[in-house]
Amino acid sequence: MTRTVPATVLWTVTGLAALAASIAVAITIGPADIGVGDVWSAVAAHLGGQDSQLSPIRDGIVWNLRLPRTLLAAVCGAGLAVCGAVMQSLLRNPLADPFVLGVSSGASTGAVVVVVLGAGGGVLSVSGGAFVGAVVSFAMVLLLSHTLGATTDRVVLAGVAIMQLFSALTSFVVLTAADAETTKGVLFWLLGSLSGAGWTDVWLCLAVLVAALSICLGYARTLDAFAFGQDAAATLGVSVARTRLVLLCVTALLTAALVSSAGAIGFVGLVLPHAARALTGAGHVRLLPVTAVAGAVFLVWVDTLARTALDPQEVPVGVVTSLIGVPAFVLVLYRTRRAPR
Amino acid sequence: MTLSANRVSRTAAGHLILDGVSITPATGSVTGLLGPNGSGKSTLLRLLAGVLTPNSGVVTLDGRPLRELGRRTVAQRLAVVEQQADTQTELTVLDVVRLGRVPHRRAWTPATPADDKAVHTALERTGLTDRTARLWHTLSGGERQRVQIARALAQEPRELLLDEPTNHLDIQHQLDLLTLVAELPVTTVVALHDLNLAAMYCDSLVVLKEGRVVATGSPDDVLTEELIAEVYGVKATVSRAEPGDRPHVRFLGTLRPE
Repeated sequence: MTRTVPATVLWTVTGLAALAASIAVAITIGPADIGVGDVWSAVAAHLGGQDSQLSPIRDGIVWNLRLPRTLLAAVCGAGLAVCGAVMQSLLRNPLADPFVLGVSSGASTGAVVVVVLGAGGGVLSVSGGAFVGAVVSFAMVLLLSHTLGATTDRVVLAGVAIMQLFSALTSFVVLTAADAETTKGVLFWLLGSLSGAGWTDVWLCLAVLVAALSICLGYARTLDAFAFGQDAAATLGVSVARTRLVLLCVTALLTAALVSSAGAIGFVGLVLPHAARALTGAGHVRLLPVTAVAGAVFLVWVDTLARTALDPQEVPVGVVTSLIGVPAFVLVLYRTRRAPR
Repeated sequence: MTLSANRVSRTAAGHLILDGVSITPATGSVTGLLGPNGSGKSTLLRLLAGVLTPNSGVVTLDGRPLRELGRRTVAQRLAVVEQQADTQTELTVLDVVRLGRVPHRRAWTPATPADDKAVHTALERTGLTDRTARLWHTLSGGERQRVQIARALAQEPRELLLDEPTNHLDIQHQLDLLTLVAELPVTTVVALHDLNLAAMYCDSLVVLKEGRVVATGSPDDVLTEELIAEVYGVKATVSRAEPGDRPHVRFLGTLRPE
């Protein structure tokens, strides 16, 4: 809150420029030899409705494979990071994120039930199943935490309990009902993967992200007011129950959309908000856009690493985020450590 | 007569915490809320702040029930300072004081000159103008309470409620803080443990025992040896340095060993 608005704009614009450059460069990296110029001409051709000057195969690699995948990485990174930032502030818990609150594991269970058991009779897609699972698990978290006394640590504890429940359900379904091939596919998805990204996923997730981010930004100053706890927020004129309901539902829906497209990518929501806070301070008007851009850039590069590091073998992007995320998290905590009082 | 509680009661877990309490602090005065632990001081302050709603009775601001006014309108009029505020977020002094403008601001709009002026005035009044960039978690207990009071003043309240604001402070900071509070041009209700501080800084006192008001009036009238024995179960002498001075309480021991 100490820095001025122009500084915020500067950060966001710089970040967006870095994001655009990251996306353009990330697309060029991979087995097929493609340059930034090729990316540009393919995008320009498709947006301008003209024929691409590239060969159909190269054009297809850019437009149908790498571009949607990279854009989905950006959208997922931004969305997960924003979810984490909002949940951490709202629940006053630095460990809160969509995974800790059980939303992602619910989504995973939903997807597994559709894939392995064939539930939904073909009407419900994998994404649809994930979406239903996310909403169900989150409803259970809210109900359970409400029953246990709706304090913020209870929400986190309820989330952890529900997360364990759904992880167990997922393992149970996979181990009892799936054949080896299906199991491998499901596990890959559970660890988070952007390999199946298509334009439908991109547009759906982008639409949900834009809506959710707008709502959260509208609540930016309300989130600031939670710094000293719920009672302090209430005496600053915040209707605590309504704010919590609105923002937790918004973040759950956003998580559901992201997980149903890209699987359970961990650690982005937990780590990126802490890193962004170190840059911007705690004011949410600046924190939320910067977190979003930082999450997007982060996941674009992590996914690039995941699909190229062990080429032709692909590593689930969730594995890489955790491998990078854990040391980064320790570093952030170390830098912001305080002398014991 | 702006803020007023009229025969408010409140139960918690089947237990009656407050039993038909009425208080009407005089405009611009400092009202001290006294009573042993569990007598209902904090609950009464929370009812006055509108954070809790009474099970019966009503709290009004300018004659209108708090519930009807809405949280935001109340927060533009009335500010609260807790016993001990803490946060895990990295905030500067300026960040915290600016929180006081939350009830006055709309979503999606930048700070207005009025916001900046209120923050500036609050910092000046509390002598924090040169410490705006300090981080919250590097401040001492006394400085933190001062920052919370600055935040409360940034709300531009006409009523200020404080719940044992001096609890964790050394004596110099206790006196410092209460001098600051007593000089503020707002109607103040402050819960206090220390009877001598209450005698020094309050214009009137309300004494609670087991959720009921047992005495109200000026410190001179309220702080008697009999009342202290009855409410706190403590033997004390009350003296005055000069006739007409504020009373001074000297404790001699407990009445019933517990």
